[in-house]
Amino acid sequence: MGFTPEIAAIRFGEGLSPLVTAPGSASDVLAQLQGADLAAEAYPIPSFADLLPQIAKVERLRRIWRKAAGKAEEAELRKNHREARAEMSRAQVQHTRHFYTRSITTEQPFRERLTRFWGDHFTVVGGSVAFRHAAPYYVEGAIRPWITGRFVDMLKAVVTHPMMLLYLDQIASFGPNSKGARGRRGLNENLARELLELHTLGVDGSYSQTDVRQLAELLTGLSSTLRDGFVFRENMAEPDAETVLGKSYGGGPANLDDIYAVLEDLAIHPDTATHLARKLAVHFTSDTPDEGMIADMAAAYLASGGALMPLYEVMLEHPFAWDSFGQKVKQPVDFVMSALRVFPVPVRTIAKMNRGQMHALMTAPMAAMGQNLYRPLGPDGWAEDAEHWVTPQGVAARLQFAMAMPSAIYRSLPDPREFVTRALGDLADERLLFAARAAETRREGVGLILASPGFQRR
Amino acid sequence: MSDLKTSDLSRRGFLLRGGALGCSLAASPLLTPVTFAATGGENRLVVIILRGAMDGLDVVRPYGDPLLEKYRPTLLGGKAHDLDGFYALHPALSDLMPLWKAGELGFAQAVSTPYRDVRSHFDGQDLLEAGTGEDTDVVRDGWLNRLLQVMPGATSETAFAVGHSDMKLVSGAAAVSSWAPDGRMDMSPQAQLLLQEVYHDDPLFRDAGEEALDIAQSLGVSSGDSFGVSKRVLREQAKQGQNASNADVVASFAAKRLNETARIAAFSLSGWDTHRGQRNGLARALGNLQNAILTLKTELGTNWERTAVVAITEFGRTARENGTRGTDHGTGGAMVMAGGAVRGGKVYGDWPGLDEAQLYARRDLMPTADVRSYPAWIMQGLFGVDATTLQTTVFPGLQLGRDPGVLA
Repeated sequence: MGFTPEIAAIRFGEGLSPLVTAPGSASDVLAQLQGADLAAEAYPIPSFADLLPQIAKVERLRRIWRKAAGKAEEAELRKNHREARAEMSRAQVQHTRHFYTRSITTEQPFRERLTRFWGDHFTVVGGSVAFRHAAPYYVEGAIRPWITGRFVDMLKAVVTHPMMLLYLDQIASFGPNSKGARGRRGLNENLARELLELHTLGVDGSYSQTDVRQLAELLTGLSSTLRDGFVFRENMAEPDAETVLGKSYGGGPANLDDIYAVLEDLAIHPDTATHLARKLAVHFTSDTPDEGMIADMAAAYLASGGALMPLYEVMLEHPFAWDSFGQKVKQPVDFVMSALRVFPVPVRTIAKMNRGQMHALMTAPMAAMGQNLYRPLGPDGWAEDAEHWVTPQGVAARLQFAMAMPSAIYRSLPDPREFVTRALGDLADERLLFAARAAETRREGVGLILASPGFQRR
Repeated sequence: MSDLKTSDLSRRGFLLRGGALGCSLAASPLLTPVTFAATGGENRLVVIILRGAMDGLDVVRPYGDPLLEKYRPTLLGGKAHDLDGFYALHPALSDLMPLWKAGELGFAQAVSTPYRDVRSHFDGQDLLEAGTGEDTDVVRDGWLNRLLQVMPGATSETAFAVGHSDMKLVSGAAAVSSWAPDGRMDMSPQAQLLLQEVYHDDPLFRDAGEEALDIAQSLGVSSGDSFGVSKRVLREQAKQGQNASNADVVASFAAKRLNETARIAAFSLSGWDTHRGQRNGLARALGNLQNAILTLKTELGTNWERTAVVAITEFGRTARENGTRGTDHGTGGAMVMAGGAVRGGKVYGDWPGLDEAQLYARRDLMPTADVRSYPAWIMQGLFGVDATTLQTTVFPGLQLGRDPGVLA
């Protein structure tokens, strides 16, 4: 099939938009990653670190109120907490609007896709009361700034992030012989295992249970507080040296550099290169990608010492990236974003939506399609294979959204015969063109186009 | 949603109306009317996948082994219920004790799939649902699907997978129904016809779309009115969706299907990965499981008598608690069996002991039986599947061994 601008916009972007010119070449796609991050500048979302003071304030007021249960001042303390929470909540609604607006309007859509990809690679789910809605801020601070840099920098940002430390229990893990353990507390393997299995080497990588255990000991000391965010606590750290994949780390006074050292090595391990290359290839091109392309991507990554741009570049320049068009099914979030973008839903419309409207129109339909945004069931994130998403209940939910969302937003809808070209350029097949002509109403015609395999696939 | 009228459009209706759109639709395999034969038996099987690795040693506590307390100094709080003088039941399953006493609740201890050593949830669950050994080539279908392939009289309505995400357990060549409790389809007849046209050349979408129309109609959650899908309806759907993953909602939906034509239902419950603060985390997950089992019992009514529920997990957890009042990924674990068809009131399995030398890799409970053998014997009893088929097709590589006699 080869490169076409439409394929580039649909596979490596957020879909076609009447307001944004589709990339003219593979290097145009790559060029979206150069220079400033325009969508983030235009529609800011704070990083976790920026938001932490506010999160901490709400949490502090919550604890004060809870402690006062049954006392005279309880009602007032409750009100204080509620007001602070409401203030943060208003800000969060604004950030959610920005999340959608970025994807709808951006001229650098590959950035949005890569941000979601890496956010999924390093999945965290907000579990505690304080961090329940904090995942987008984690992505903004620990993922987004690094998508065009070196993998190890993202890895370091993630492994020292309060949300990851909490999500994978590192925050409670003490070296069994550390001062802080006092014979009562000890190791938790969770982050160490997922770091090897999911984040770096991959489940088929060359590590053993002993490596998991040793890495868990090496990671002790990583901790966080509500006030300061990430902290390294020497009194939690296991004193001796640890051996991970045959190499010894630490041994002197406990310090963060020993942990950075193992992350540096893991980041440029050949198994990591292959694991990352395969994951990207699966996400962007096919559930069964070309092995040659994966090998080329991994080689470029290793040759560059672990830079991400060469991974993307090799993929975008490989014929398989274009010839395999249509093999992927959009995940619900990608489907919803591309549906909003193709009209495009105006910025001012999103700006006027409240929390309930965004939930009913966007997030609840995604959940019905099987994707409860920012809340995957495990640290492995969302499934990639088409069969996972294209189930009867999944298709039904996609159809309901396709039929309902446009007319919930617009009083009058575009002519389906025109809309089909707007949505798919010349990629629409004869059957879809027929349906666009034969629909009894604009609403159904537009809905069928959005629900069509042509629009669902990429 | 009461204002949405249920469409009386049947699959046969599509065929008749198809002519109006011209010959492009005539060749569609979608338009072949499907006939459903009811299955013969009245026996029912519910499979619950417990995602995240349930700590079997905490759920069915071998308190008769003195090492348990030593290994788990902070986990064993609460009033556990003595089962048989050696094992005690986790306090969060208290409301299931009447079932235990009535012989409708049993367990198997020290069981596992053939999965070893890497202790990845995701590979572990894949193998649990594939039902194969580790050495077998990767298969894409699940063992419940392979059961359907050999079950005489099985139709697409015989097995129902419930929930928003797909289950490898039921995927494969045999047709299976799959739906979420909050699913709906509101499309005019014309739009449904055009949808079939649009999906015609894409088998994945075509089959899923066809099933969706069928299921939504048979469940009465469809209407022929795409104009009914408004902002208001979207809001209502969003509200319903919030509870759609609750254990009782899922179990209730499964029970309704089993009271109709379905004989097999499958769903999953998550929240078992208790690395830290296990006392609260496990109690929460067990509360959901208890809820699911009690909902099934209540809503199945007299059909409960002919029902076996099996709840299985990808692996067990470490014998010793870790440094954070939780447990890490292990090997041998426990499974839960319930239902009137089960011979409960018993903890099945050979107890391997907790001495360090008796543990797997000196850390995990040693599996003494293949967890697959229990559902295998249950399927033989409920559906008459013969031993050879079970050991070669449904669970390739399984050694069935002696019949533990888990069915009443």
